[in-house]
Amino acid sequence: MKVRLIEGRCQGHQMCAIAAPEIFGSDEIGNATVLIAGDIPADLEAKARRAEGNCPERAIEIVG
Amino acid sequence: MKQDTEYDIFDQNFIWNPFPAFDSVRESECPIAHSDKWGGSWMPTRYEDIVAIAQEHDVFTSREIIVVPPPPGQLEGPYGGVKAPPITSDPPDHHWHRRAILPVFSPQSVATYEQDMRDFCNGLIDGFIDKGRADAAADYAQRIPVNVIARMLGVPVEMSDTFTEWVRGALEVGLTNPELRRANRLKIIEFFIGQVNERKENPRENDLITDLLALQVDGQPAPLEYVIGVCNLMLVAGIDTTWSAIGSSLWHLAGHPDHRRQLRDNPDLWSTAIEEFLRAYAPVTMARIVDRDTEFQGCPMKAGDRVLMTFPAANRDPRQFDRPDEVILDRQNNRHVAFGAGIHRCAGSNLARLELKVALQTWMERIPDFSLVDPGSVTWAGGQVRGPRQCLVSF
Ligand code: HEM
Ligand code: SF4
Repeated sequence: MKVRLIEGRCQGHQMCAIAAPEIFGSDEIGNATVLIAGDIPADLEAKARRAEGNCPERAIEIVG
Repeated sequence: MKQDTEYDIFDQNFIWNPFPAFDSVRESECPIAHSDKWGGSWMPTRYEDIVAIAQEHDVFTSREIIVVPPPPGQLEGPYGGVKAPPITSDPPDHHWHRRAILPVFSPQSVATYEQDMRDFCNGLIDGFIDKGRADAAADYAQRIPVNVIARMLGVPVEMSDTFTEWVRGALEVGLTNPELRRANRLKIIEFFIGQVNERKENPRENDLITDLLALQVDGQPAPLEYVIGVCNLMLVAGIDTTWSAIGSSLWHLAGHPDHRRQLRDNPDLWSTAIEEFLRAYAPVTMARIVDRDTEFQGCPMKAGDRVLMTFPAANRDPRQFDRPDEVILDRQNNRHVAFGAGIHRCAGSNLARLELKVALQTWMERIPDFSLVDPGSVTWAGGQVRGPRQCLVSF
């Protein structure tokens, strides 16, 4: 499983970083950054799904 | 279809409990109600519609964002051009109006306020803990955000009560009293003009107003109206809102010993619990002005019509949230829109969340058990911002 931000959608709610701080961070204006570029470790997959399910802008895509 | 329900956003029953009214509109033939009261407005109630309106900012503009029209003559009167950027801005200017203030509100920046916030909350509790009772709204919730914002803006914290009075005059009591609203808006603007002039004489280090004055836009200093407008917005948007969220959460906890126990036994619940309080008791309703005649979900909206951004109704839509009227502290999927959605998403949300976390955790550590003295005596404000104003608890 990989996570990706859909270009232009993130508005910096930071719900992703609250749900999965290991996977999502914040840039200097508070928009999301993905901290794990490659495969998400199996024990973090549930958190990745929670981040996706908490983003009000539907800016997170889970691939694979 | 146009359905006139003649809802009244300032009706006492609606303020006290708007959710049955939202539900009946949401489940009716037309989930967007219309009322001629208070200057007239449309009231969408479904999550999907409210998010769609927030995204379509070229049709649904932010040229006015208060739930009632401005007092007559305001635009032509003194400082008529001072608005509240970025909340009252539309693209393309909205982009720089917002971009300029975002770094102040990043998670990293707001974290520097945490310890002072905690100390301040503890100090408030020291003041009443021995009495065995307190007003959770007026003695606690109300005092916290104004203190934070005053420090952020570098204005005297001793003036907190005055700021609170101005903000209530401009945004709460003033919405049904245009004269009061006009007067308090002017007080806020004149105060910040004084602050700006003072910074021009004596620039400060690490100071938001000094930095805003130094901001360059297309090689020119940012217009003064922008600087004053941003200060105006921070005071108005940062105080009433957060205080209402803290107050509603304490009101909820006062009536739910089971939830207090769960939070005590399992502190990991706090992060989802805070989002859940924000969802269930979203304090803020905004407005949009329709730019051109348009049909939205079958509703014939005319240029100039006002549309309420009923985020509290969106957050209770069963199409989006399972068991929406229940507060579920560990709710897993919570795309709530208490902070709005789209380009105007609350710029202060990281700060607001931190304040909510610190205020609630500190209270619960010091006062783990408390209950409402008389549920019927709790008073609520509503309209633009909904939350308890008097909420007496004993412990
Ligand atoms: C729990 C507390 C808060 C709630 C529920 C809240 C809610 C909102 C909402 C719903 C919006 C969207 C407005 C729209 O769509 O027209 C907004 C915008 C905004 N809020 Fe907050 N807010 C809170 C606290 C704060 C704080 C503490 C600040 C900081 C001073 C702040 C600053 C702003 C700003 C600057 C905007 C405008 C963003 C833009 O237009 O780009 N808010 N807020
Ligand atoms: S929750 Fe969505 S919008 Fe918010 S920061 Fe994360 S990706 Fe961006």
